[in-house]
Amino acid sequence: MSEMNEKLVFDRPDSIIDRATHYCPGCHHGIAHRLVGELIDELGIQDKTLAVASIGCSVFLYNYIDVDAVEAPHGRAPAVATGVKRSRPDNFVFTYQGDGDLASIGMAEIMHAANRGEKICVIFVNNTVYGMTGGQMAPTTLIGQRTTTTPAGRCVTHEGAPIRMTEIIASLGGTAFAARGSLDSVKNIRKAKKYMKKAFEFQLNNTGFGFVELLAGCPTNWKMTPLQANERLQNEMIPYFPLGVYKDVSEEGGVC
Amino acid sequence: MTKQPERIFVKGNEAIARGALAAKCKCFFGYPITPQNDIPEFMSSAIIKAGGDFVQAESEVAAANMLLGAGAAGVRAMTSSSSPGMSLKQEAISYMAGSEIPAVIVNMNRGGPGLGDIGPAQGDYFQSTRGGGHGDYRHFTFGPGTVQEAYDLTIRAFDIAFEHRTPVLILGDAILGQMKEPITPWEPENIDEEGGRDWAIMGKTADREKRLVKSLFLLEGELAGQNKHLQAKYDAWTDLAEAEQFETEDADLIICAYGSIGRIAKTAVRKFRKEGKKVGLFRPITLYPFPAAELKALAEQGKRFLTIEHNLGQMLEDVRLSIRTVADSDFYPIYPGNLPTPDELEEPILNCLEGK
Ligand SMILES: Cc1ncc(C[n+]2csc(CCOP(=O)(O)OP(=O)(O)O)c2C)c(N)n1
Ligand code: SF4
Repeated sequence: MSEMNEKLVFDRPDSIIDRATHYCPGCHHGIAHRLVGELIDELGIQDKTLAVASIGCSVFLYNYIDVDAVEAPHGRAPAVATGVKRSRPDNFVFTYQGDGDLASIGMAEIMHAANRGEKICVIFVNNTVYGMTGGQMAPTTLIGQRTTTTPAGRCVTHEGAPIRMTEIIASLGGTAFAARGSLDSVKNIRKAKKYMKKAFEFQLNNTGFGFVELLAGCPTNWKMTPLQANERLQNEMIPYFPLGVYKDVSEEGGVC
Repeated sequence: MTKQPERIFVKGNEAIARGALAAKCKCFFGYPITPQNDIPEFMSSAIIKAGGDFVQAESEVAAANMLLGAGAAGVRAMTSSSSPGMSLKQEAISYMAGSEIPAVIVNMNRGGPGLGDIGPAQGDYFQSTRGGGHGDYRHFTFGPGTVQEAYDLTIRAFDIAFEHRTPVLILGDAILGQMKEPITPWEPENIDEEGGRDWAIMGKTADREKRLVKSLFLLEGELAGQNKHLQAKYDAWTDLAEAEQFETEDADLIICAYGSIGRIAKTAVRKFRKEGKKVGLFRPITLYPFPAAELKALAEQGKRFLTIEHNLGQMLEDVRLSIRTVADSDFYPIYPGNLPTPDELEEPILNCLEGK
């Protein structure tokens, strides 16, 4: 029988629910979800994890990850997570937010949660566009990028420059860990997972605020094939949003 | 010898904070705005001493969303603010109503609209009793008139919030918040801080499905079902409606007034009674649910009504809706920005009594 020769090398993590996602083909939200699920399994924290879902294409995060969850208003996930963590300090709390959610309407909430050193983790999916509402400009939209609200391409004198969130978050006092990864290739996905694991562990060790930005593709609103989207990620996004660890207090002596 | 209950002399704001602690409030999320600052200031140390947590949020928006998070986790939590800050909290309150998250929210109403002033007013009655954010919802709203009542109703607000999975508002004003009175604090018995939270997010255990607290209902018919469920909940609150009646039995004219104005009107009623004039007071204690049936019963006895409010006519609409099939109500507005005295109320009451 063929069973004899086959070895299962890739399976669904236990904390990921067995159902088809609603994401477009080639969307990286699914990969980001999977990484979260793998880490929850590996760290054995499914029973203590509380997810704070946000607004955007990922609003249905809670349909795919098998943990208790609450839905936050647009941009407010870090405040909601603050309330959850302060009332249940022994639980593991994470938010999952897009760039429109986190860097636009929710800019105040993310900055202050980081600055207070809230012991939560933030997974920030940056696809340089508002996905769910149909491809409008985001704070992270690159210069020259055409969106439905920048039909001639984003122009720095009219719309300002794309915001680099990880750099900003890394500069805040309460941040324990801040890194930027990318979901364009297997190599980068592996690295991104390492960053996420570190951020998760910082919270589990009660150290401070953990932030991981994940550069991601939105083939639908970029009007590209999934492969073209990956190329754009490599050729245009990574040069503007350099990958790597921007803050790691375990190397700096920690935050109090 | 029986022990005398302890009496303390406190501001309305502090009474609310103490009431919340007595109700085992575990988290407080605040942001400074006059005239409610005593509440976050008191809580910043008291709730920590009581083993809870305090956050001075970056804004009212954030404070209300922190409250949403704590409520979703099934924990007794509170926030407080005043009018402009309340406008900012409406986003989270609408989400809490939609997600059925219990929480207590205090509004020490000041003059508006806009930045207004920092004096007392009742201009937020509509915002409080109708559901001030987007969508079709109501909040249970208490309108305390004395410092003791502020303490008592705060304790009840937590019970109602958790029994009915709903945000509960306490609507005071700058008079109540800043006024000092002696109160007798008390502690409710047997608060079950974890019981009845079989919906709250706490961490999924192997023996149950994951829990989800949300207000998004996209499937065909799902949102309509949720709205129907919410409406049924609000309808059932009618039984919890409550009012104080003072000298109403033989009264010809009933003054309808709530909160601080209800209390000032009571002083005016006392004075008229001394002069043998048949005036009474109907003071709603729950502003939503409005004590409509009780008021209508008075209307059916042929009494006349005068609504007095520190606004341009908001509760007046509830009074009229309650008695509309039998009677109407006159109205005397105290303009937000003015500080009312009992003397100021005498002339309009007298005019009404004499049918002028
Ligand atoms: C207060 C408020 N304003 C606007 C919206 C509409 N809205 C829904 S999703 C979204 C953009 C989300 O973009 P992003 O965070 O980048 O996530 P993506 O869809 O790209 O994953 C907006 C503006 C909303 N839901 N609430
Ligand atoms: S619109 Fe973009 S972000 Fe949203 S699911 Fe599709 S590809 Fe993903």
